[in-house]
Amino acid sequence: MRLSILDNGHGFGTKALFALIRAVSRQPVLDVIKLVKYRPDFYGAPMQKVTHEAMRGPSEWSVADRELMAAFVAETNQCVWCTNAHAAVAKEAYGDAAKVAAVLSNLDTAPIAEPLRATLRMLRKLTLENSVDARDMGALLTAGVSTAQIEDALAVCFSFNTIGRLADAFGFVVPSAKAYEAGARYLLARGYR
Amino acid sequence: MSDIKQAHHAVVMRVLEGAGTASHDQRRAAFDNAAPSGPVGTLIDKVARHPYAVTDQDVAAAKASSLSEDQIFEVVVCAAVGQATRQYQTALAALKAATGKS
Repeated sequence: MRLSILDNGHGFGTKALFALIRAVSRQPVLDVIKLVKYRPDFYGAPMQKVTHEAMRGPSEWSVADRELMAAFVAETNQCVWCTNAHAAVAKEAYGDAAKVAAVLSNLDTAPIAEPLRATLRMLRKLTLENSVDARDMGALLTAGVSTAQIEDALAVCFSFNTIGRLADAFGFVVPSAKAYEAGARYLLARGYR
Repeated sequence: MSDIKQAHHAVVMRVLEGAGTASHDQRRAAFDNAAPSGPVGTLIDKVARHPYAVTDQDVAAAKASSLSEDQIFEVVVCAAVGQATRQYQTALAALKAATGKS
C-alpha cells in the first residue's frame, strides 16, 4: 500500500491477529482489514457499524442484492479491488455467478427483476454524477421500489463510495481469486463487524 | 429497513471533530474538497472526484509537502467520507422531495 503505516503500523495485538488470520485462511491478510484495523477508533470501528447495518441490517433487499449493489457501485467507480471482492460475495450469496457477471457486464440485459435494475441505474447515476433528483426517485417508486428499499440502497452506496475511494487512494493490492473467495465466505458468515 | 443515519453521523463527527494528527481545519477542508491548491489539494480532489486516478506520485508528493503518513491517512479518509456524504445527503433530499416525507 502507499502508506507504510497501513502495512506495518499496527499494534502487537493486531499483528498477532493478522498472523492468526494468515494461519487459518492460508491467505494473506486483505488490505481492507489492514485499513480498518489501523487506528480503528478514527475510521475502522465507526465505519464498520455503518457498513454492517447497511449490508446485514434488516432490509427488503436480500444480502445478495446488497452485495451486488456494492460490486456495482465499485465497478462504476472503476475500483477493481472492491468490484472483485463484492462480486465474489454476491456470487456466493446468490449461488449464481452468471447473474452477477451479467449485471456487471450489461445492466440493461442482465436477468434480474426490474426494481433491482432500476435501483442499480439510480446508484450508477448518483455515483457518476454525484447527484440525483426527485424525478429520478419518482421513477424508482413507479418501478415498484419502496421508499425503504431506496433508503437501504443509498446506505450501501454511501459505504462503498467511501470504501472504494480508500481502496484506490491507498493502493490496495489486488489479491488472488482464492483470497477473495476466503474473504467472501468470512463476510457471509460474520458480516462487517 | 436498515438505519445508518446515527452511525453515519458518528463517522462524520469522529473524523472531523475527534482527536487526530491533522488539524481540524485540514480535515474539514479535505471533507469539503476545499483544500488549498498544491500536492495535498491535488490528492484530495482526486480522491473525491476520480479516485481510480490516484497514483504513487500523488501520495509521494503529499508526503514531500511535509504531511506525515498519519496526516495523509486522515485527510484521505475525510475526503472519501465527505464525497460519499454529499452524494448520500443529496439523494435523501431527492427522495424526500419525491415522497413529501422526511
